[in-house]
Amino acid sequence: MLIGPGRNRPKLMAVSSGGGHWVQLLRLAPAFADCEVIYVGVDRSYASQVPQNKFCAIHDATRWNKFGLLRLALNVAWVMWREKPDVVVSTGAAPGYLALRIGKLAGAKTIWVDSIANVEVLSMSGARIGRYADLWLTQWPHLARPEGPHYAGAVL
Amino acid sequence: MIFVTVGAQMAFDRLIRTVDEWAGSHDGTDVFAQIGPSNYHPRFIRVTKFIDPPDFRKTVEASNLIVAHAGMGSIITALELGKPIIVMPRRGDLRETRNDHQVATANYLVKGARVVVALDEEMLLRKLDRMDSLAATERIGTSASPELIGKLREFIEHRTESAFEPH
Repeated sequence: MLIGPGRNRPKLMAVSSGGGHWVQLLRLAPAFADCEVIYVGVDRSYASQVPQNKFCAIHDATRWNKFGLLRLALNVAWVMWREKPDVVVSTGAAPGYLALRIGKLAGAKTIWVDSIANVEVLSMSGARIGRYADLWLTQWPHLARPEGPHYAGAVL
Repeated sequence: MIFVTVGAQMAFDRLIRTVDEWAGSHDGTDVFAQIGPSNYHPRFIRVTKFIDPPDFRKTVEASNLIVAHAGMGSIITALELGKPIIVMPRRGDLRETRNDHQVATANYLVKGARVVVALDEEMLLRKLDRMDSLAATERIGTSASPELIGKLREFIEHRTESAFEPH
Protein backbone atom coordinates (compact mmCIF):
# COMPACT_ATOMS: atom_id res chain seq x y z
CA MET A 1 0.00 0.00 0.00
CA LEU A 2 1.59 3.23 -1.08
CA ILE A 3 -0.92 5.76 0.12
CA GLY A 4 -3.12 5.61 3.14
CA PRO A 5 -6.62 4.09 2.86
CA GLY A 6 -9.33 6.37 1.56
CA ARG A 7 -6.86 8.85 0.09
CA ASN A 8 -6.69 9.87 -3.53
CA ARG A 9 -3.49 11.85 -3.13
CA PRO A 10 -0.52 11.36 -0.83
CA LYS A 11 -0.47 13.03 2.54
CA LEU A 12 2.83 14.77 3.16
CA MET A 13 4.13 16.11 6.44
CA ALA A 14 6.76 18.87 6.16
CA VAL A 15 8.65 19.42 9.40
CA SER A 16 11.49 21.67 10.54
CA SER A 17 12.82 23.80 13.35
CA GLY A 18 12.79 27.58 13.05
CA GLY A 19 14.84 30.21 11.27
CA GLY A 20 16.75 29.07 8.22
CA HIS A 21 15.44 25.51 8.32
CA TRP A 22 11.88 26.76 8.04
CA VAL A 23 12.71 29.29 5.30
CA GLN A 24 14.32 26.49 3.29
CA LEU A 25 11.39 24.13 3.89
CA LEU A 26 8.98 26.71 2.44
CA ARG A 27 11.08 26.88 -0.73
CA LEU A 28 10.39 23.18 -1.32
CA ALA A 29 6.62 23.76 -1.36
CA PRO A 30 6.15 23.61 -5.18
CA ALA A 31 7.24 19.96 -5.00
CA PHE A 32 4.26 19.19 -2.77
CA ALA A 33 1.65 20.57 -5.17
CA ASP A 34 -0.06 17.22 -5.67
CA CYS A 35 -0.13 16.32 -1.99
CA GLU A 36 -2.28 17.06 0.98
CA VAL A 37 0.32 18.92 3.08
CA ILE A 38 0.59 19.32 6.83
CA TYR A 39 3.27 21.71 8.01
CA VAL A 40 4.79 21.17 11.42
CA GLY A 41 6.72 24.13 12.83
CA VAL A 42 8.01 25.37 16.15
CA ASP A 43 5.74 28.36 16.72
CA ARG A 44 2.05 29.11 16.23
CA SER A 45 2.93 32.26 14.27
CA TYR A 46 4.34 30.16 11.42
CA ALA A 47 0.81 29.13 10.44
CA SER A 48 0.20 32.46 8.68
CA GLN A 49 2.97 31.62 6.20
CA VAL A 50 1.18 28.50 5.00
CA PRO A 51 -2.42 29.73 4.95
CA GLN A 52 -3.57 27.13 2.42
CA ASN A 53 -2.39 24.22 4.52
CA LYS A 54 -2.95 22.56 7.82
CA PHE A 55 -0.36 23.57 10.42
CA CYS A 56 0.69 22.03 13.76
CA ALA A 57 2.97 23.71 16.28
CA ILE A 58 5.43 21.69 18.34
CA HIS A 59 7.95 22.65 21.03
CA ASP A 60 11.45 22.82 19.57
CA ALA A 61 14.47 21.41 21.37
CA THR A 62 18.14 20.87 20.63
CA ARG A 63 20.23 17.81 21.26
CA TRP A 64 21.68 19.57 24.31
CA ASN A 65 18.38 19.44 26.15
CA LYS A 66 17.33 15.90 27.04
CA PHE A 67 14.00 16.79 28.61
CA GLY A 68 13.16 19.05 25.68
CA LEU A 69 14.03 16.30 23.23
CA LEU A 70 11.77 13.84 25.01
CA ARG A 71 8.88 16.31 24.95
CA LEU A 72 9.59 17.01 21.28
CA ALA A 73 9.60 13.27 20.48
CA LEU A 74 6.24 12.85 22.19
CA ASN A 75 4.88 15.89 20.32
CA VAL A 76 6.07 14.47 17.00
CA ALA A 77 4.77 10.98 17.76
CA TRP A 78 1.36 12.40 18.61
CA VAL A 79 1.14 14.43 15.40
CA MET A 80 2.37 11.43 13.40
CA TRP A 81 -0.21 9.12 14.93
CA ARG A 82 -2.99 11.63 14.32
CA GLU A 83 -2.06 12.46 10.72
CA LYS A 84 -0.53 9.19 9.45
CA PRO A 85 1.31 10.82 6.53
CA ASP A 86 2.52 8.85 3.52
CA VAL A 87 5.64 11.02 3.18
CA VAL A 88 7.66 12.95 5.77
CA VAL A 89 10.09 15.63 4.58
CA SER A 90 12.49 17.80 6.58
CA THR A 91 15.30 20.33 6.23
CA GLY A 92 16.37 19.86 9.90
CA ALA A 93 17.15 19.88 12.67
CA ALA A 94 16.03 17.95 15.80
CA PRO A 95 12.28 18.07 14.98
CA GLY A 96 12.98 16.80 11.48
CA TYR A 97 15.32 14.08 12.66
CA LEU A 98 12.71 12.78 15.11
CA ALA A 99 9.92 13.11 12.54
CA LEU A 100 11.81 10.99 10.02
CA ARG A 101 12.65 8.32 12.62
CA ILE A 102 9.11 8.14 13.96
CA GLY A 103 7.55 8.50 10.50
CA LYS A 104 9.69 5.65 9.22
CA LEU A 105 8.50 3.41 12.07
CA ALA A 106 4.94 4.33 11.13
CA GLY A 107 5.53 3.26 7.53
CA ALA A 108 5.98 6.63 5.83
CA LYS A 109 8.54 7.30 3.12
CA THR A 110 11.09 9.84 4.34
CA ILE A 111 13.00 12.70 2.72
CA TRP A 112 15.88 14.63 4.27
CA VAL A 113 17.23 17.77 2.57
CA ASP A 114 20.26 18.84 4.58
CA SER A 115 20.48 22.60 5.17
CA ILE A 116 22.42 24.66 2.64
CA ALA A 117 24.22 26.18 5.64
CA ASN A 118 26.17 22.93 6.00
CA VAL A 119 28.84 23.64 3.44
CA GLU A 120 31.82 21.72 4.81
CA VAL A 121 30.19 18.79 6.59
CA LEU A 122 26.65 17.52 6.93
CA SER A 123 24.74 18.62 9.99
CA MET A 124 24.90 16.24 12.95
CA SER A 125 21.29 15.18 12.42
CA GLY A 126 21.80 15.11 8.64
CA ALA A 127 24.68 12.67 8.96
CA ARG A 128 22.85 10.40 11.39
CA ILE A 129 19.57 10.32 9.49
CA GLY A 130 21.04 8.56 6.45
CA ARG A 131 19.81 5.06 7.28
CA TYR A 132 16.31 6.33 7.90
CA ALA A 133 15.93 8.64 4.91
CA ASP A 134 14.52 7.02 1.76
CA LEU A 135 15.68 10.11 -0.11
CA TRP A 136 18.79 11.59 1.52
CA LEU A 137 20.02 14.83 -0.01
CA THR A 138 22.76 17.40 0.54
CA GLN A 139 22.63 20.78 -1.18
CA TRP A 140 26.33 20.77 -1.98
CA PRO A 141 27.77 18.59 -4.79
CA HIS A 142 31.09 18.15 -2.99
CA LEU A 143 29.34 16.55 0.02
CA ALA A 144 27.52 13.95 -2.10
CA ARG A 145 28.64 10.30 -1.88
CA PRO A 146 27.63 7.27 -3.98
CA GLU A 147 25.99 5.66 -0.93
CA GLY A 148 24.35 8.97 0.00
CA PRO A 149 23.69 11.70 0.68
CA HIS A 150 23.01 12.58 -2.94
CA TYR A 151 23.00 15.95 -4.61
CA ALA A 152 20.00 17.06 -6.67
CA GLY A 153 20.04 20.85 -6.63
CA ALA A 154 19.57 23.34 -3.83
CA VAL A 155 17.00 25.69 -2.34
CA LEU A 156 18.78 28.62 -4.01
CA MET B 1 15.85 51.81 7.77
CA ILE B 2 18.68 49.38 8.46
CA PHE B 3 17.47 46.11 9.99
CA VAL B 4 20.00 44.16 12.02
CA THR B 5 19.18 40.55 12.90
CA VAL B 6 21.00 37.75 14.71
CA GLY B 7 18.35 35.01 14.86
CA ALA B 8 16.63 33.58 17.92
CA GLN B 9 19.08 31.00 19.18
CA MET B 10 22.04 32.89 20.58
CA ALA B 11 23.10 36.47 21.20
CA PHE B 12 25.67 38.04 18.88
CA ASP B 13 26.72 41.16 20.76
CA ARG B 14 29.86 41.70 18.70
CA LEU B 15 27.66 42.48 15.72
CA ILE B 16 25.15 44.58 17.66
CA ARG B 17 27.87 46.62 19.42
CA THR B 18 29.61 47.36 16.13
CA VAL B 19 26.44 48.57 14.44
CA ASP B 20 25.43 50.55 17.55
CA GLU B 21 28.76 52.38 17.63
CA TRP B 22 28.54 53.05 13.92
CA ALA B 23 25.02 54.44 14.34
CA GLY B 24 26.30 56.73 17.13
CA SER B 25 28.48 58.54 14.63
CA HIS B 26 25.83 58.58 11.89
CA ASP B 27 22.99 60.75 13.16
CA GLY B 28 19.68 60.33 11.49
CA THR B 29 20.24 56.77 10.33
CA ASP B 30 17.31 54.70 11.53
CA VAL B 31 18.52 51.34 12.79
CA PHE B 32 16.36 48.57 14.24
CA ALA B 33 17.98 45.46 15.67
CA GLN B 34 16.74 42.02 16.68
CA ILE B 35 19.34 41.02 19.26
CA GLY B 36 18.25 37.53 20.43
CA PRO B 37 18.73 36.35 24.03
CA SER B 38 21.11 39.18 24.92
CA ASN B 39 21.43 41.65 27.79
CA TYR B 40 23.36 44.14 25.74
CA HIS B 41 21.82 47.62 25.84
CA PRO B 42 22.58 49.56 22.68
CA ARG B 43 22.67 53.36 23.00
CA PHE B 44 21.82 54.52 19.51
CA ILE B 45 19.56 51.92 17.94
CA ARG B 46 16.09 50.50 18.59
CA VAL B 47 16.01 46.86 19.62
CA THR B 48 13.79 43.86 20.17
CA LYS B 49 14.94 40.46 21.40
CA PHE B 50 12.80 38.25 19.21
CA ILE B 51 10.60 38.60 16.18
CA ASP B 52 8.37 35.90 14.69
CA PRO B 53 8.75 34.84 11.04
CA PRO B 54 5.78 36.78 9.59
CA ASP B 55 6.93 40.00 11.32
CA PHE B 56 10.51 39.27 10.39
CA ARG B 57 9.53 39.18 6.74
CA LYS B 58 7.55 42.42 7.02
CA THR B 59 10.49 44.14 8.70
CA VAL B 60 12.89 43.01 5.97
CA GLU B 61 10.39 44.25 3.38
CA ALA B 62 10.30 47.67 5.06
CA SER B 63 14.11 48.00 5.21
CA ASN B 64 16.69 49.37 2.78
CA LEU B 65 19.57 47.28 4.10
CA ILE B 66 19.88 44.09 6.15
CA VAL B 67 22.85 43.47 8.42
CA ALA B 68 22.84 39.93 9.80
CA HIS B 69 24.71 36.95 11.14
CA ALA B 70 25.39 34.43 8.36
CA GLY B 71 22.15 32.57 9.03
CA MET B 72 20.26 31.17 6.06
CA GLY B 73 16.92 32.51 7.27
CA SER B 74 18.20 36.07 7.12
CA ILE B 75 20.07 35.57 3.86
CA ILE B 76 17.29 33.82 1.95
CA THR B 77 14.62 36.24 3.15
CA ALA B 78 16.74 39.23 2.05
CA LEU B 79 17.33 37.66 -1.36
CA GLU B 80 13.65 36.80 -1.78
CA LEU B 81 12.70 40.39 -1.06
CA GLY B 82 15.51 41.91 -3.13
CA LYS B 83 17.23 43.65 -0.22
CA PRO B 84 20.98 44.18 -0.05
CA ILE B 85 22.47 42.23 2.85
CA ILE B 86 25.76 42.41 4.72
CA VAL B 87 26.56 39.34 6.80
CA MET B 88 29.14 38.92 9.53
CA PRO B 89 29.61 35.22 10.39
CA ARG B 90 29.52 34.06 13.99
CA ARG B 91 32.80 32.56 15.16
CA GLY B 92 33.03 29.24 16.97
CA ASP B 93 36.24 30.21 18.80
CA LEU B 94 34.43 33.17 20.39
CA ARG B 95 31.55 30.86 21.42
CA GLU B 96 29.14 32.79 19.21
CA THR B 97 27.84 29.55 17.78
CA ARG B 98 28.31 25.85 18.44
CA ASN B 99 30.53 25.38 15.44
CA ASP B 100 32.20 27.41 12.74
CA HIS B 101 29.72 26.68 9.98
CA GLN B 102 28.80 30.35 9.47
CA VAL B 103 32.31 31.21 8.32
CA ALA B 104 32.12 28.44 5.71
CA THR B 105 28.59 29.47 4.69
CA ALA B 106 29.73 33.07 4.27
CA ASN B 107 32.80 32.08 2.28
CA TYR B 108 30.70 30.06 -0.15
CA LEU B 109 27.93 32.61 -0.46
CA VAL B 110 30.30 35.45 -1.22
CA LYS B 111 31.10 33.60 -4.45
CA GLY B 112 27.50 34.07 -5.52
CA ALA B 113 28.19 37.81 -5.11
CA ARG B 114 24.69 38.58 -3.93
CA VAL B 115 25.74 38.68 -0.30
CA VAL B 116 28.29 41.11 1.09
CA VAL B 117 30.47 39.41 3.68
CA ALA B 118 32.26 41.20 6.51
CA LEU B 119 34.55 38.78 8.30
CA ASP B 120 35.19 41.07 11.27
CA GLU B 121 34.05 44.31 12.92
CA GLU B 122 36.48 46.51 11.04
CA MET B 123 35.31 45.16 7.70
CA LEU B 124 31.71 45.62 8.78
CA LEU B 125 32.33 49.31 9.56
CA ARG B 126 33.90 49.79 6.14
CA LYS B 127 30.93 48.11 4.43
CA LEU B 128 28.48 50.22 6.44
CA ASP B 129 30.31 53.41 5.42
CA ARG B 130 29.82 52.45 1.82
CA MET B 131 26.25 51.25 2.20
CA ASP B 132 24.98 53.72 -0.40
CA SER B 133 26.70 51.67 -3.07
CA LEU B 134 24.61 48.64 -2.10
CA ALA B 135 21.58 48.86 -4.33
CA ALA B 136 18.43 46.81 -4.05
CA THR B 137 18.76 43.66 -6.10
CA GLU B 138 16.37 41.66 -8.21
CA ARG B 139 14.19 39.44 -6.07
CA ILE B 140 14.96 35.77 -6.41
CA GLY B 141 12.00 33.44 -6.89
CA THR B 142 10.43 31.76 -3.88
CA SER B 143 11.08 28.22 -5.08
CA ALA B 144 14.07 25.91 -4.75
CA SER B 145 16.00 25.05 -7.94
CA PRO B 146 14.01 23.24 -10.67
CA GLU B 147 16.36 20.27 -10.26
CA LEU B 148 15.57 19.90 -6.56
CA ILE B 149 11.83 20.41 -7.02
CA GLY B 150 11.87 17.86 -9.85
CA LYS B 151 13.72 15.29 -7.77
CA LEU B 152 11.33 15.68 -4.85
CA ARG B 153 8.26 15.48 -7.09
CA GLU B 154 9.58 12.39 -8.80
CA PHE B 155 10.22 10.69 -5.47
CA ILE B 156 6.83 11.63 -4.07
CA GLU B 157 5.05 10.52 -7.24
CA HIS B 158 7.02 7.35 -7.78
CA ARG B 159 6.32 6.02 -4.34
CA THR B 160 2.62 6.60 -4.80
CA GLU B 161 2.33 5.85 -8.48
CA SER B 162 1.24 2.21 -8.27
CA ALA B 163 -1.62 3.10 -5.95
CA PHE B 164 -3.21 4.98 -8.83
CA GLU B 165 -2.97 2.04 -11.21
CA PRO B 166 -6.14 0.07 -11.90
CA HIS B 167 -6.15 -3.37 -10.32
